[in-house]
Amino acid sequence: MKLLAGARFSALIVALWIVLAVLPAWMTFTPDVIDLPQLLSGPGSQALLGYDDLGRSVAERLVVGARTSLLAALGVVAVSTLVGTFIGALSAYLGGRIDQIVVRVIDIFLAFPGILLAIALAGILGPGIGNVVIALSLVGWVGYARLARAQVLALKHREHITAAISLGSRDTYIVTRHLLPLIAAPLIVEATFGIAAVVIGEAGLSFLGLGVQPPQASWGSMIRDGARYLLVAPHLVLAPGLALMLVVLAVNRLGDRLRDVMDVRGGRRGDR
Amino acid sequence: MSRALIAVLIQRVFSVFLVGFGVLVLVFALLHLVPGDPVDAMLGETARPADREALRERLGLDQSLPVQFARYLGGLVRGDLGRSLYSDRAVTEMLAERLPATLELGLAALLLALSLALPLGILAALHPDGTWDRTAMGFSLLGVAVPNFWLGPVLILVFSLGLGWFPVSGRDAPGSLVLPAFTLGTAMAAILARMVRSSLLEVLGEDYIRTARAKGLSPATVVLRHGLRNALLPVITLVGLQLGALLSGAVITETVFAWPGIGSLLVEHIQRRDYPVVQGCVLLIAMGYVVANQITDLFYTLADPRLRERT
Repeated sequence: MKLLAGARFSALIVALWIVLAVLPAWMTFTPDVIDLPQLLSGPGSQALLGYDDLGRSVAERLVVGARTSLLAALGVVAVSTLVGTFIGALSAYLGGRIDQIVVRVIDIFLAFPGILLAIALAGILGPGIGNVVIALSLVGWVGYARLARAQVLALKHREHITAAISLGSRDTYIVTRHLLPLIAAPLIVEATFGIAAVVIGEAGLSFLGLGVQPPQASWGSMIRDGARYLLVAPHLVLAPGLALMLVVLAVNRLGDRLRDVMDVRGGRRGDR
Repeated sequence: MSRALIAVLIQRVFSVFLVGFGVLVLVFALLHLVPGDPVDAMLGETARPADREALRERLGLDQSLPVQFARYLGGLVRGDLGRSLYSDRAVTEMLAERLPATLELGLAALLLALSLALPLGILAALHPDGTWDRTAMGFSLLGVAVPNFWLGPVLILVFSLGLGWFPVSGRDAPGSLVLPAFTLGTAMAAILARMVRSSLLEVLGEDYIRTARAKGLSPATVVLRHGLRNALLPVITLVGLQLGALLSGAVITETVFAWPGIGSLLVEHIQRRDYPVVQGCVLLIAMGYVVANQITDLFYTLADPRLRERT
């Protein structure tokens, strides 16, 4: 596949991430079991990545964290892409007063530093992974809305749209059948970078104690809990951080490849 | 100042007010986004009815929404953001106390990011695909992928606990600014370095650069005076856009290093469900971002004569 040329390692990391996230469903898996004698013991023959401050296997908690981040990423990107694309595309297509209002709302959301808004929202909604998804989606839709709007604005005076209008097609039909397929490529690229941003966003909120609650694990909450034992058990911080970094690097790399293959110009990365 | 420039200025000020007002509404709306009753969220469901009523009255939640919003705006004009539910101190006073630390950290991180990104980006653009370019782009990739809540602890592990060069946390000891500034500035340096490189590469391919070389100017003059000056325009815009990420990042970085700024104030009081303080912190950071962004825009307009003429 052309997409994978030069990005095999990244594809492997992402595949591993997904496999780890769905794996626990089919095997005996005990991320919450406490093994007191192993408290804070480092990586070794007993467990691949050692044990945490409560004597739980770091490797198994890392797997649970993989599931948390994957679920959050898929949830947030799905919701914000759908909502953002719908609002942006419709607003550009309809134009007029509605479009003006949508543009103002987008401007105001963009005037807010993204993660700050997510932190405030998650703080006010209360902790929990569901609220993290809500908070990050409320922040995330804006980017897709702006992109979809710009794309539709550039396309809506093309001949095939005029033809469809004069044939009497309904607006929703025109938008879904004649416009969305043409603007899909840049949105897919944006969504790929979005996945990386959400993985970092979820971990950040969980690091602040606003995400998953114990005994659930997230790579962010593992880093926060581990930071207290930095001197005696650095593996508690290093392991989830490396996992996080590898996944983000790999997803961004795949996004770059996707952008090249789909021939989308511009695009932004990591600016959140 | 030309008339066009004044028109641009007025337009800018107007848009600051418009966006600023929108941000105000959004921050106000935050408190009302709580599913159910915010009083429940603050006091817990077991609180006595009398306590609930008292808090409801104190926050003005017993009034209609327009009245609440008018009160909120009125308070804002008088510099009154309410009082902390936790310590009963004025929110404005708490913010004023913490602001210098955040400004210090933000400024240090910004300077650090610029002093890393400019040389790296320039060196990379001068030798595309050379060793410097690969190093700079590798740094740029990593810098974006490393979250600051991980970089912070790792830097502490190596430079505080391991080498003992810098204090682990706080703001009192000498050198305590170094690690937080690095933690906060790295991602921005990474993004800026990439931008400096691509922007300079593009400019260096222009005809007037060839002319400058042809008339015998030294390579340094060509790159720094003729190339960099034009290449920096998009970089300035990016700095403005990245200020938001910097301010948000400060929330996490301050928490990692127990840095006594607005960010750590925000996180402490989110955990205490102290909404007036949370609202105040969010408002201050968001407004800081709006103003900083507009200043960047203005600076951009002043720096680029073409934009001045257009309006």
